[in-house]
Amino acid sequence: MTDQKTSVQRPLSPHLQVYRLPLLPLMSITHRVTGVGLAFGTIVLAWWLAALATGPGAYAIFSAFMMPLGGLALLGWMIAIAYHFCNGIRHLIWDTGHALELNSAEKAGYAVLAGWLVLSVALVAAAVFFWAT
Amino acid sequence: MSQAKATPSLKTARGLGSAKEGTDHWWMQRLSAIAMMVLSPLMILLVITLIGEDYATATAKIGSPFWGGVAFLFICASFYHAHLGLQVVIEDYISYHAARLTTIIVVRGVLIVLGLIAAFSVLRLMLA
Repeated sequence: MTDQKTSVQRPLSPHLQVYRLPLLPLMSITHRVTGVGLAFGTIVLAWWLAALATGPGAYAIFSAFMMPLGGLALLGWMIAIAYHFCNGIRHLIWDTGHALELNSAEKAGYAVLAGWLVLSVALVAAAVFFWAT
Repeated sequence: MSQAKATPSLKTARGLGSAKEGTDHWWMQRLSAIAMMVLSPLMILLVITLIGEDYATATAKIGSPFWGGVAFLFICASFYHAHLGLQVVIEDYISYHAARLTTIIVVRGVLIVLGLIAAFSVLRLMLA
C-alpha cells in the first residue's frame, strides 16, 4: 500500500528556499523589477536634459560622470526597456482577453524572451557603434 | 433573478466602485503604455544617436521640432506611466497604511519634480 516508490514521488509542497519559480511568475516579477529600475533611470534622464538646457559646463560635468560607469548604466537601461516593452505588449494582449490559457501564455512568454534577446543585441550593438564612431 | 432586477446585484460595482476611482488608474496605465509603444523606440533612437556627440550637436537635435517633440511626449507618457506603476508596486509591498501613503506621496512628488525639470529642459532647448 505504501511502498517506497510512491512515497518518493509524492509532490513536495512549495517552500521558499527550494521552490523554483516557473517561467510565468519569473517573467512577471522581472516586469516589475525592470519597471522600478526604469523609474530610477528617469533621474538620469532628467539630469541629462537639464544639463543640456543649462549649458556646456553642466553638460561636461554630466558627461564626465557618465563616461566610465554611466555607459554600462545606459546599456542596462536599454536592455530593461527592451524587456518591459516586449512583455508590456504581452500584457496588452492579455487585456484584450487573448493568450490567457497557461499554454498560450507560456508560448507568448517565449516569444517575448526571443524578441527581448534580439532587441537587446541590436540595441547594444547600435550603442557600441555610435560610441566608437 | 427577478430579485436582482429589483435591487442592483452586488457583483456589479456601483458608480465608481469602493475605491471611488473607477477604472481610471488601470485605463490610463494602458493608454500611456500604448503611447510608449510608439514613443520609446523613437526615444531610444534619439539617445543612441547622441552617444558620444558634443554639446552643440546634442542641443541642436533635441531642439529640433521632431526630436524635441518625441522627447517631450516621451517624458509626459513615461513619468505618468512610472507614477502609476510605482503606486501599484508600493500598494502591493507596503501594508502599513501611514508608510504606504507617505511613500506614494513622496514618490509622486519626486516624479513630478523630475518630470517638470525634464519637460522644461526640452522646451527650453526647442525655444532657444
